[in-house]
Amino acid sequence: MSGFFTLLRRDLALLLPGGSRGGAILPLVFFLAVAMLYPFAVGPDAPLLAQTGGGVLWIAALLAAILPLDRLVADDLAQGVFDQLALRNIAEETVMASRLVAHWIAFAPLLLAACLPAAALLGLESGTLRLLVLGLLAGTPGLAAIGLIVASLMAGLRAGAALGGLLLLPLAIPILIFGAGSLAQGDATGIALAGAISLALCALAPFAAAASIRAARES
Amino acid sequence: MPAALAARNLACRRGDRLLFTGLDLDLPAGTTLHVTGANGTGKSSLLRILAGLLRPVSGEVDRTGSLALLDERLALDPEWPLGKALSFWARLDRCAAPDQPIAAMQLAPLLDIPVRYLSTGQRKRAALARLLGSSSDIWLLDEPFNGLDTDACNALRAIVQRHCESGGNCLVASHQPIGMEADVLEIGAFAP
Repeated sequence: MSGFFTLLRRDLALLLPGGSRGGAILPLVFFLAVAMLYPFAVGPDAPLLAQTGGGVLWIAALLAAILPLDRLVADDLAQGVFDQLALRNIAEETVMASRLVAHWIAFAPLLLAACLPAAALLGLESGTLRLLVLGLLAGTPGLAAIGLIVASLMAGLRAGAALGGLLLLPLAIPILIFGAGSLAQGDATGIALAGAISLALCALAPFAAAASIRAARES
Repeated sequence: MPAALAARNLACRRGDRLLFTGLDLDLPAGTTLHVTGANGTGKSSLLRILAGLLRPVSGEVDRTGSLALLDERLALDPEWPLGKALSFWARLDRCAAPDQPIAAMQLAPLLDIPVRYLSTGQRKRAALARLLGSSSDIWLLDEPFNGLDTDACNALRAIVQRHCESGGNCLVASHQPIGMEADVLEIGAFAP
């Protein structure tokens, strides 16, 4: 167990803003940039912005989740870190569970905090903002889990980063439907379903990612 | 528990090419084995099979004791200062005296330098320090003398000798003579 926390400490030091993998600020900047550009694109129609803004922020969050993927797993595979961990009898599943937690901590809280300025930019009502933040809170663990699986699958490939985005988006559709769908409904039932999907994905991700790493080692 | 490594009837395939077949290998405690052979004959693949990182096409590996592998990949984060990168592995290995391997490899003046700025020889010494800190019984060293200067080569030979005298064993894969007393396994003899 102490091994898990040693791993988690390293993963956080690498992935958090200011960490050496960089890139943690990038999703945040991208998310805010979408919120800033959207009113320019559709015009200063306040009711329209308030009605559609929540959905746009959901899509922005989805696309922002792609950005950290290219360096999430590939560098450690290339540098032989996973091999050295395997020699110490640390299961790949443990390594990937730690990576999943660190990945979520590195990208989701920043995004949730950015919902406040983004909501102000789009003139969202407080009820919409609440559903947006709750929905993202329920949905981002699932996005992090899909991201980890995709990053592990792509780790051994050369053009992995671009392909990773294409793989993540269709898998994230259920989270989007239930998470963003609750905005239109105006209640939180969809959010519970998005949270359920997230939990299932988080349970699955360490095993799927570990299997991908083992497969990449044999190739 | 004495360290021991044995392999029976190993065969390895990379892509469509069969690298070696019917390879037997015995590495009892206290011995050093020099695996030699031309480039591309499967020395590194043999080490990865023995380490359990690669599945052989046939054959089996018996191992008693913990195992450490040194290959061309450092497993040290390039952006981190060397001291921080090494301390991650020292914590993971529960190394009681993390300063010892650093002193043995004369890395103390380099601890503040990011790993990516280190020279080839310095990187090799850093990887050796990581290996020493893991206090494993069986050492698999892939071309450990590459890039090391004469002093560091001699230091490494002394360290390997001490490791074997204290009940460990060591397998060195190198295309060059290693300058130590060791059994030799010519991997080319097992080419199909």
